[in-house]
Amino acid sequence: MSNLSFRLAIRDAIAEEMRRDPNVFLMGEEVGQYQGAYKASQDLLKEFGDERVIDTPIVEYGFTGIGVGAAFGGLRPIVEFMTFNFAMQAIDHIVNSAAKTLYMSGGELNCPIVFRGPNGAPRNVAAQHSQCFASWYAHCPGLKVVSPYNSFEAKALLKAAIRDDNPVVFLEHEILYGKSFEMPEGAVEPIALDKAIIMRSGSDITITAFSISVEHAMQAAEILQTQYDISAEVVNLISLRPIDKNAIIESVKKTGRILNIEEGWLSCGIGSEITSVVVENAFDYLDCEPRRIATADVPMPYAKNLENLALPNVDKIVQTAKSICNL
Amino acid sequence: MTFKEFDLETVKKLYRQLKLARVFEERVGALYTQGHIYGFCHLYIGQEAVIVGLSHNMQSQDSVITSYRDHVHMITLGVSPNAVMAELCGKAAGCSKGKGGSMHMYSKEHRFYGGNGIVGAQVPIGVGLGLSHKYKKDGGVSFTFYGDGAANQGQVYEAFNMASLWKLPVVFVLENNRYALGTSESRAAAGKNGLKNRGDPFGIETILIDGMDVFDVIVKSKKAIERVRGGEGPVILHMDTYRYRGHSISDPATYRTREEVENVKKTRDPVSRVKNELIKNFAIPETDITEIDSEVADIVNAAAEFAIKSEVPEAAALERDVAL
Repeated sequence: MSNLSFRLAIRDAIAEEMRRDPNVFLMGEEVGQYQGAYKASQDLLKEFGDERVIDTPIVEYGFTGIGVGAAFGGLRPIVEFMTFNFAMQAIDHIVNSAAKTLYMSGGELNCPIVFRGPNGAPRNVAAQHSQCFASWYAHCPGLKVVSPYNSFEAKALLKAAIRDDNPVVFLEHEILYGKSFEMPEGAVEPIALDKAIIMRSGSDITITAFSISVEHAMQAAEILQTQYDISAEVVNLISLRPIDKNAIIESVKKTGRILNIEEGWLSCGIGSEITSVVVENAFDYLDCEPRRIATADVPMPYAKNLENLALPNVDKIVQTAKSICNL
Repeated sequence: MTFKEFDLETVKKLYRQLKLARVFEERVGALYTQGHIYGFCHLYIGQEAVIVGLSHNMQSQDSVITSYRDHVHMITLGVSPNAVMAELCGKAAGCSKGKGGSMHMYSKEHRFYGGNGIVGAQVPIGVGLGLSHKYKKDGGVSFTFYGDGAANQGQVYEAFNMASLWKLPVVFVLENNRYALGTSESRAAAGKNGLKNRGDPFGIETILIDGMDVFDVIVKSKKAIERVRGGEGPVILHMDTYRYRGHSISDPATYRTREEVENVKKTRDPVSRVKNELIKNFAIPETDITEIDSEVADIVNAAAEFAIKSEVPEAAALERDVAL
């Protein structure tokens, strides 16, 4: 086993897909000469040249539309957003131009494109740069929405996203970029975009999470086991659209309890959807009400103490899990 | 503009295309009134010379994208009028299987990429099509149509900037029909030249063309398109045109006078202009014109009949053709 950072997993996935398919290219702000604002495209310009690693001006609406047009024209663009906060300027092209066209055209015109970049709260940067957009995109038919936690998932899912014939929103996390994770030996092949991964098996409570929240969930599960003898099953959702309902339902049938963790806001969040899935499909298996831990329904504050209060953390997960397990 | 560079067969073909566009759209309006077509529906009547003229300077690998006023682009590029009319009637035999309607029509075979209901959004997408031509080195040009309303959208200028910066093969076609819904150009576009020099800051040349004269469209766009195809970067073709009907069928167009509309119809009509050329300068008999008119009427009658008689989409189509 060798270690690989999340950022290099992203870079390697892009490089390997660009070697495999000449129609794959990368575009976005600072992806070329600067090597990526978060160095997720290091050395790509050197290997592939500026026709395939395209530095754009700071114009999210415009270059996202150009990416969609290139996809209509037969290419497979990877559009990098410096952060998904800036993609709000481009959300019209993501939803109206990319997601809806296959349907609006009766299957005539598809849009093979990946929209990727950091999402969620990178800490200390206040409201306009700290937001999780998972539930925004997960709401939209025509989009596939995935958010990996570790390097293997990042690489395998990004390869699958690039090969997919439809638009994929690929949500990364700035805090994860610098973290190293063990990688399996040998080549990494694409994995299913729509399947959750059981990170830790358990019998008392199901904890669902994605992206960096998986890390918090895993740490909390360890504390719950060693200090309180609570056996938590951690389900890494991977896909936010579609949500792997089956994986969640099967887990809840086993544990009877569910707690979702996310960095998005509480209202109309991924946790709201998971609660509905469980109530509609596994109501009789529930021993208590489904619970959610999310970011407080406020724009992210700058002050560190307030930011800590707003965000989910390991302690909040442990305390909530204990309470619903009647400890 | 002179007709002398055109031979009889070409002029007859132009007349036939213009007439088909006119009669097709008139029938669309009638079917709307009868309730066969519904929702938003924007007619192209008055502007026919723009797409008809430009199509004469296109090559098979070129791509085309426009706004929601798209029916005539489809049929001029060769898509079956039956499929377009059936789409307008919301039928399964429509070019988008009844799921797109008036504003969302596409044909990969004819390299037509919509049909876009979001004002201005087609412009960066058109630049992306240009990027794909340059990337694939296929010698293609992207013809990106937009109106005077869209011409004030921020994303249009983002698209101009990148198209020029990267020297992409894009022909921007500004179909200035004078009114963005009810707002005239002078009420929406700042600067003494209005929309006539909006490419200047980006180093994009604007060529002024009489968009109601198909000969002017063909002749004045030809060299510009060749330069774009040759790798010199984008150009803007500013088409001075006019729409006879409201913005959409539900718009009574009370923001302009009847005299204004009648005057344009009388003096600049793109279909009559070519018809007059045929009669006066090519001296063809009136019966030749009647023959074309009758052929066009047959096509449109057949399209309307086909569309009305076609089946609506089956219920199972509801969840088809969407990812997941």
